[in-house]
Amino acid sequence: MSKDKEENSDLECWDIETKKKMGGVCLIPERCKGCGFCIEFCPVGALETSDKTTEKGYHPPEMTEGCILCGKCEKICPEFSIYLKEEDE
Amino acid sequence: MMKAGTHFLDGNTASAEGAIAAGCTFFAGYPITPASEILERIANRFPELHGSYLQMEDELASITAILGASWAGRKAMTATSGPGFSLMMESYGLGLMTETPCVIVNVMRGGPSTGLPTKVAQGDVNQTRWGTHGDVGVVVYVPSSPQEMFDMTIQAFNTAEKYRLPVVVLSDEMVAHMTEKVEIPEKDEIEIVDRKKPRDPPEEFLPFCPDEDLVPPMANAGEGYSVHVTGLTHDEEGHPSVDEETQNMLVTRLIDKIRKNADDILEYDEYKTEDAKKVIVAYGSVYRAAIEAVDMAREKGYKVGLLRPKTIWPFPEERIYDLAREGVDSFLVAEINFGQIVFEVERCTAGAAQTYLAPKMGGSIHTPEDILERIEAIEEGEIPQFKE
Amino acid sequence: MSIRKSRDLFSPDYMDQKPAKGAAYGKHPLDGYLRKDRIPHIWCPGCGLGVILNSYLRALKDTDIAPEDTAVISGIGCSGRAAGYVDVDSFHVTHGRAIPFATGLKVGNRDLVTTVFSGDGDLFAIGGNHFIHAARRNVDFNVICVNNFNYGMTGGQAGPTTPSEAETSTTPWGGFEQPFNLPAVAAGAGAVYVARWTTFHVEQLINSLEKALKKKGFCFIEVLSPCPTGYGRKVGLKTGVKTMNHFKENSEIDHDADLADVALDPDDPNSKIIVGDFIDREAPTYQDVRGKVFEEARKKLGVE
Repeated sequence: MSKDKEENSDLECWDIETKKKMGGVCLIPERCKGCGFCIEFCPVGALETSDKTTEKGYHPPEMTEGCILCGKCEKICPEFSIYLKEEDE
Repeated sequence: MMKAGTHFLDGNTASAEGAIAAGCTFFAGYPITPASEILERIANRFPELHGSYLQMEDELASITAILGASWAGRKAMTATSGPGFSLMMESYGLGLMTETPCVIVNVMRGGPSTGLPTKVAQGDVNQTRWGTHGDVGVVVYVPSSPQEMFDMTIQAFNTAEKYRLPVVVLSDEMVAHMTEKVEIPEKDEIEIVDRKKPRDPPEEFLPFCPDEDLVPPMANAGEGYSVHVTGLTHDEEGHPSVDEETQNMLVTRLIDKIRKNADDILEYDEYKTEDAKKVIVAYGSVYRAAIEAVDMAREKGYKVGLLRPKTIWPFPEERIYDLAREGVDSFLVAEINFGQIVFEVERCTAGAAQTYLAPKMGGSIHTPEDILERIEAIEEGEIPQFKE
Repeated sequence: MSIRKSRDLFSPDYMDQKPAKGAAYGKHPLDGYLRKDRIPHIWCPGCGLGVILNSYLRALKDTDIAPEDTAVISGIGCSGRAAGYVDVDSFHVTHGRAIPFATGLKVGNRDLVTTVFSGDGDLFAIGGNHFIHAARRNVDFNVICVNNFNYGMTGGQAGPTTPSEAETSTTPWGGFEQPFNLPAVAAGAGAVYVARWTTFHVEQLINSLEKALKKKGFCFIEVLSPCPTGYGRKVGLKTGVKTMNHFKENSEIDHDADLADVALDPDDPNSKIIVGDFIDREAPTYQDVRGKVFEEARKKLGVE
């Protein structure tokens, strides 16, 4: 699982490979308000609170292990901050 | 539209037919004496015209529904009387703030409160000007006959569409319930004004950026402009922008939109004011008695004239100011309330003439004799000036 | 003060400034439905409104209803701001009047897929009379009621759905009113689709919203939502996550529940929260019925 930072935009993306598919999870840190929903309700606990802080001082989520690309984090995020990377992105 | 020609109609019916002639295809209302006949006429006539008549649960819903319909592209109207008009104040303000064209007919009856539901009065005049909270620019027509209920309802729609705001037709129970001859012109003889449409493509269109006439073009819902409309102070993109600078820019424009175009909107009649020493100011149903009183007074040698506002807002300020400096000694305001327009008249004379009031508390209109007596009493100095 | 100041919004030097807000706009799959520089929105961390807006936009996208055929209307309150974020024809109207506005808009243009997105206070206190009549008429639009049990925007006052024991800024000594059972009110008034979910049930909420968007008639969805700032902190649900877990632990899905039994037990905040698709029936809409009556009238009048 590699982590690359898109140069011009403030986006964090984690490439994910599961048995069935390849994909990724991306985060727009500036939108995150550290509510913790994605971390709390990720069915496999793949997200953790990062000790980094966003520009506004919130602690965004950080990808660890086990992500199954189910998209729960994208659906339960109130800030449109975390989402599954489209295949072609 | 009703067949052209001479008809015999009551004021309310004439107003409904005026709306239809103006292209109104949406009406939402709530029954209230003495305006219900407007609802009934519309409900009867709309099916054949493919119009939408909605009987709402209250006046709050009625006024708000016509704002919604206007944003759906319809010419929309509601009708009510004092109690309902009071309930409409907040959404009347929403319509003014969001520049939503529509027409509100208010048929005045005795107030305050339930008052005299079936009797004439003119106690809502200032409410049409100051009834909603905040500073606004308003347009209010005051018909004096069933013919004017027809004509002014059309005029109200045209002004509403041209300047993008809710326009009030301020009638009263007398004018609404009297039946008189009403001339209905051919369809193509009636001037119809439609709202300005955007000239820019959606991605560049600023829904609240005005043209030189201070009126922004209007994109309706469903036309792909994804307009945002809010009662919050908003910038020219229509987005909420709750700061003093935006407020200053927006509200000043909403007021100037009417004030700076007042000459185009303002309408009033004059009768025998050329050599008048005393000018009666009367509007709505009282105008009919006042014009009679002028002739009676003239027969008695009093040089009396009449100024009749047809729009009460904007008010004929300059004309009164000028008359007061062109030989008119005093104004006599005859209105069926305890003094509302009299304040405007007094303000506009700016001290150059005296101002007197012929009040009536509601239930009936002044008779010509009432007004004549008032004139004579003033001549004998028995009546104090309104100011004392 | 130049009237046309904003024209230079599109001058070159403005265009290439990165918008202060709405960073990395266009990356999130739903950004196409969001207004460019309005994100991040104003709702508090842990508030459920963003989740519900997310679900609504996802449902909109999944039903591929064209944005230009879509309209969102909000009243006043935290939820009232929802209309300001959706990149469709959206209207932020007076308090309690989203529903009559929607009625006017929908009857004015029946092609608009219209959704009212408002709160428990706006829809059931000041707007209650309009809600029951629109439901009675079965006007064809959807109502999403964000029920966070209080007036959040104005600082956490009690509202028509506040559990009666709860302490709020206007019930500092505890409440004393019986809250509404919203699904029962909606069904009783005539809504043809009635569902209740919480912001924890995002999958089911998205399905419910899709059903409502496609269904004809007055569709009502109550969504229980955390409000840590206004309500939660005073009743032991200090954070959004705590409230979400409260929903998770106390919810029970029962689509066939008797609506009389789905009241949220006012005296026991830990009582069962029954959620589900309670009612899904067919009934002619307000415009269908009126259309027939008017057609008959035209026939009688011998008019096209």
